[in-house]
Amino acid sequence: MRRLNTFLKKRTAVLLISACVVAALWPFGSVEAQNGVYAIRNARIVTVTGATIERGTVVIRDGKIAAVGENVSVPGNARSIDARGMSVYPGLIDSGTTIGLTEIGSIRETQDMTELGDFNPHMKAIVAVHMHSEIIPVTRANGTTTVMTSPRGRLIPGQAALINLDGWTWKEMALKASVAMAMEYPSVGGRGRGGFGFFAPQGGQDQRRQQRERLESLRKKLEDAQAYAKYLDARARDKSIPARDTDLVLEALVPVVKGEMPVIMSASRAADIKGAIELAEKYKLKLIIRGADEALEVAALLKEKNVPVIIGPSTDLPRGEDADYDETFSFAGKLHKAGVKFAFQSNDAAYARSLPYEAGTTAAFGLPKEEALKAVTIYPAQIFGVDNLVGSIEVGKIANLIVTDGDPLEFKTNVKHMFINGQPVSLSNRHTELYDKFKNRP
Amino acid sequence: MKRFKTVFLFVLVAALVVAAQAQQGNSSGETLIRNATIMTASHGTIENGSILIRNGKIAAVGKDVKAGPNAKIIDATGMYVTPGFIDAHSHTALDAINEGALSVTAMVRNLDVINDTDINIYRQLAGGTTTIHPMHGSANSIGGQNVILKLKWGKSAEEMIFPDMPRTIKFALGENPKRRGNPTVPGQSARFPATRMGVEETIREAFVQGREYMKKWDEYEAAIKRGEKPLPPRRDLKLDAIADILRGKLLVHSHCYRSDEILMLINLADEFGFKIQTFQHVLEGYKVAKEIAAHGAGGSTFSDWWAYKIEAYDAIPGNAAIMLHKGIVTSINSDSADLARRLYQEAAKTIKYGNLTDEEALRLVTLNPAIQLKIDNRVGSIDVGKDADLAIFNGHPFSVYSRPEMTLIEGEVYFDRKADIARREQLAKEKKDLIEREKKMSGRGPERPETPDEGPPIDDPKGHNHR
Repeated sequence: MRRLNTFLKKRTAVLLISACVVAALWPFGSVEAQNGVYAIRNARIVTVTGATIERGTVVIRDGKIAAVGENVSVPGNARSIDARGMSVYPGLIDSGTTIGLTEIGSIRETQDMTELGDFNPHMKAIVAVHMHSEIIPVTRANGTTTVMTSPRGRLIPGQAALINLDGWTWKEMALKASVAMAMEYPSVGGRGRGGFGFFAPQGGQDQRRQQRERLESLRKKLEDAQAYAKYLDARARDKSIPARDTDLVLEALVPVVKGEMPVIMSASRAADIKGAIELAEKYKLKLIIRGADEALEVAALLKEKNVPVIIGPSTDLPRGEDADYDETFSFAGKLHKAGVKFAFQSNDAAYARSLPYEAGTTAAFGLPKEEALKAVTIYPAQIFGVDNLVGSIEVGKIANLIVTDGDPLEFKTNVKHMFINGQPVSLSNRHTELYDKFKNRP
Repeated sequence: MKRFKTVFLFVLVAALVVAAQAQQGNSSGETLIRNATIMTASHGTIENGSILIRNGKIAAVGKDVKAGPNAKIIDATGMYVTPGFIDAHSHTALDAINEGALSVTAMVRNLDVINDTDINIYRQLAGGTTTIHPMHGSANSIGGQNVILKLKWGKSAEEMIFPDMPRTIKFALGENPKRRGNPTVPGQSARFPATRMGVEETIREAFVQGREYMKKWDEYEAAIKRGEKPLPPRRDLKLDAIADILRGKLLVHSHCYRSDEILMLINLADEFGFKIQTFQHVLEGYKVAKEIAAHGAGGSTFSDWWAYKIEAYDAIPGNAAIMLHKGIVTSINSDSADLARRLYQEAAKTIKYGNLTDEEALRLVTLNPAIQLKIDNRVGSIDVGKDADLAIFNGHPFSVYSRPEMTLIEGEVYFDRKADIARREQLAKEKKDLIEREKKMSGRGPERPETPDEGPPIDDPKGHNHR
């Protein structure tokens, strides 16, 4: 512990010399040249995928988890944390945010989520991620190491990125730069809020016609992309086929219609979820549903088709005046019982730090605690196809870890240390700095 | 279609009322909550304790409490009891929130627009909240007069109004009141003020007028006392309110964000000789906590809201803790129908962000807001003589894994999770029946609306579409 503190102090000194605010928030880089071996000793290790180790060691080497266990020898060159009384968890994963794409809600100039036009599959969230957003260290402080950040808006708003919340460049941050294509299923009269069941606003004739037209234009775009993919394949085999001009929109959809890049389809109503599943079957899309407010009504179908859903925030108000008062709190537990695979999202940026508490709250209303934890660790990793890299404490995975003084889903728990890509990351942020400054105001 | 929704809601409300009343048969007798962990908010935590309720009041609290033979018993083994939560900043149960046409609307009253069928009342009850302070909005520098309600779901608006309710009024500083001075919609006319300078001037002008108005009435009343027969001054409802602020009869709760505007209002209040009862939101209160404490105002803030606008960019979740430690009576409020359902969680977050004790955190949502609203003689802690407004949890209220099981107001059970769950099947059946009936009625009878896709009738008496 003392060694780590000394090392942290040294690092801070280096940063002070650099006298750069940005650097102060991102103090990990300066250690890269030093050795990358760390050991977290005497910790309770909650691996998530395997049994919990009551007292053991995690060894980190070159950004990866090198060893985990009760009787693991600590390499001589390791920087060591004595984590007696503390627990190690995998870093938490938020399955839906706008982190890096927004800063201050009411200020248009800070919004980079929604491009003009209906079809923007060639827009990539990753290239617009503001690495030095104040929201990033604030989010880290409560244990989240990795987030899906996504464009939003029109029919195809663009490519979502899975990013680690640490890096000097967005390339360093990217865990999977284009993790999925964000799409929004055309709905009638909003996104499932403000009405209920039979009495829900059905929308006027105009709205229904508009929905059909939008759905039709989405289908057509997917068919064009299929044709474009066919052309690319054909030309790859046979150069005599005349070349056509590159179409960036269709090109971006090729991995989607080939089923290589999943689609995160925002759909809330049961009818829309069904529609999205039909669309996915027809065009062989790898489907993830996001939002999914009425998923329980189509739970059997979701289970049968093996379609995972991203849900949350779990503390939203119930959707209708006659809904159960705990509708949103108990939703996750019911989905679990119905056998639907799901992960939690904050669906926000500034409030993404509350993801652990939103997950935890569902466990007060029917979801088993360990499932709540899985839905912010290994399940999102599985849903995004990166469970070989993150989401649990297993040898060979990326060392995205948190060391806490308790259950990370509990309000009172403090995150004491965080590692991203095997590097210790600062947990101070705009809020802790202002707190420290003004707490001591004379 | 809307009409059927309304009918349906009436039936639903009626069903809930009947169910609620069925549980309240014992209102004048004794109730004993026994074997609970009691978090009093005023004098620590009592393990394996009991609370005796008589005539709606707390008659005894402690380890060794005896009840009469006919007392209703609530066995709370393994459970936690806290005072019912008090939300010092709410907009629940109001049919209208902002009268924003003028910069000063001190004459309007939320008391006149209480919506006692707002479903959020029940949802908040289910979160252990028992008293709320529904406030006028923040559209203008001096807004309207607020109301304080007990969440007696199923009762009328009149019955929900807090007994001997202290009168409070909303002020607002910063971005919100100056927004209308900087219209973004083309063609919309601007309303003064457009800057923080103008906000100060708007309030100053109101108090200059109010002071002169008060003087006229004081002189008039003095003349009457002397036996003269003077002409009364012309009655002005707006200035009546301002005069009442100066007389200390109407308490100011001011929306604010930035530290400079907080200092501005303190300066102005000191100059005119009135007190700010509570700074609401007060996200930069931590920067000027010393000055707020010196003025004697309270601070009612959010646990962790920030970055939604530029004046909230310096908001920190340690705000409540710093204000508290600098001697300010501090509360955490919701300003939201969602957060008002889980004030206990909002308080719990502050333990982490500001290193508070459990009791300090509990007071943020019980005793302290009661003090801010001047109702702490009746509510806010579990003490003998106070109203039996209580929340019962299945675990420690500051654990994320706990939930409220039961909420009492004046000794009556207004929320019981078990009863709520037991009712669900019946309500679902009733809903289904109504839908079937509606379907059968389709296409016949004069009642059928001709164009179901249109909005509600414009004379919709409940104004369900007011937001």
